Amino acid sequence: MTTPSPVLPFRTRMAMLLRLLAVQGSWNYEMMLGNGIAFAVEPALRLLPGGKNGDAYRAALARQSGYFNAHPYFAGVAVGALARAELSGEAPERIERFRTACCGPLGSVGDRLVWAGWLPLCSLLALAAFGLGASAAGVVLVFLGFYNVGHFALRIWGLSVGYRDGLRVASALASPVLRAGPAHVARAAALIAGIALPLAVRGVMGPARGAMALVFGAAAVGALALARLQGRFEGWRLAIGLLAVFILFSVVR
Amino acid sequence: MRDLLMEWLSFLPLTILGAVLGLDVVSFPQAMISRPIVASTLAGVLVGAPLRGLIAGVTLELFALETLPFGASRYPEWGSAAVVGGALFAVQRETTAGALGVAVFAALVTASVSGWSMIQHRKILGRWAGSMREFLARGSSTAVNRLQIGGLTLDLVRGAIMTFGALVVFAPVSRAILGSWTFSSALSRGVAVALAGAVGAAAVWKVVHTTKGAPWYLLGGLVLGGTLVAIT
Repeated sequence: MTTPSPVLPFRTRMAMLLRLLAVQGSWNYEMMLGNGIAFAVEPALRLLPGGKNGDAYRAALARQSGYFNAHPYFAGVAVGALARAELSGEAPERIERFRTACCGPLGSVGDRLVWAGWLPLCSLLALAAFGLGASAAGVVLVFLGFYNVGHFALRIWGLSVGYRDGLRVASALASPVLRAGPAHVARAAALIAGIALPLAVRGVMGPARGAMALVFGAAAVGALALARLQGRFEGWRLAIGLLAVFILFSVVR
Repeated sequence: MRDLLMEWLSFLPLTILGAVLGLDVVSFPQAMISRPIVASTLAGVLVGAPLRGLIAGVTLELFALETLPFGASRYPEWGSAAVVGGALFAVQRETTAGALGVAVFAALVTASVSGWSMIQHRKILGRWAGSMREFLARGSSTAVNRLQIGGLTLDLVRGAIMTFGALVVFAPVSRAILGSWTFSSALSRGVAVALAGAVGAAAVWKVVHTTKGAPWYLLGGLVLGGTLVAIT
């Protein structure tokens, strides 16, 4: 039998939110995010009957420190839902089932929206700002400003929707914003990339612009080759080898 | 010997910066202050040349577009590496040929080694967690906090070691290489930029080509970007 969950005091919410910023602090191959989830949900567990170190608290904390994996920004959804489930007295088996079931969706939604969408988009915006002549502070502010508006909004939304919906939070992940969002972000990133890449290359070349056409040509040919070899080569590793040869040649010739 | 010690002492602010930014990559707070475009610029600020730090940061950011930090996958650690690359480039004069290529090379090698150190960090934490299993299973908040704070501290130390170690190795190596550099400034920079541009463009294609309509947006953007380059 479940009991109504209490309203989380502001201090508890803030403590959970701050701890969520360090949710990957003990990320490892055995438990992945597990200990981080326990660390983030712990302030809420103090509200259980018996308080901190009571039987209910210890049992809940032990449950929450088991294996768990999710995108770090979406871990708040799980932390909020698990806090609500524990404070409502949900059956331990239901909580365990929820923990197992939500790992995949919270990982894939976050990967598509943040790592493959929002992060490259903000990075490209900053590159465009550089190419258009923004100052060093301006470029950094464009990147950190845009990126972290999305970052913190996601964390705050996740924790609050998780606590609001509890174990029924899966419906929130099916919202149109999260389903269609990655595609819109990818299109925006594509447009900005087209503008930013030539501008950034020109900006880095600086006064040595005589060879600009050659640089653009080489970059285009290299990009095509890398795109065709997708998955078989990592460009940055290849660049280490090519730069090493170039440096060696310059020094010994 | 005294000069060497003085140089190592001068690495201290950069080491602290590298440690903090190395921590940001995964552990805390993942606000992406560790991205090269930020980290290199901050390194440039510390050595008194923010704009040169930014130029190194933009070049490294193009490489970083290829390596997004997906979960348990293995990826380079850009926080400490970009501090090293940014600082090595920023301390050189504008006229020094080859400075960008050498700084980028040092940063890419550091990113690779530092990425390996992240794997070791995770393995150590796994063993640590294993040794605490009994306490965690009993719901000990002390064990939870100890593992979390221990992991964060170890990651901070990891970032510091990576940054300091890379600076100790690459600062003299960079000076030696640039002292006997023979290619022109334009060619040297062009090679580094062309490589970065190629990797960045291929990375963008990898991210966007599966989204319906996105290649057309990319093409439209390229037309716009190319026009801007031509007219400004």
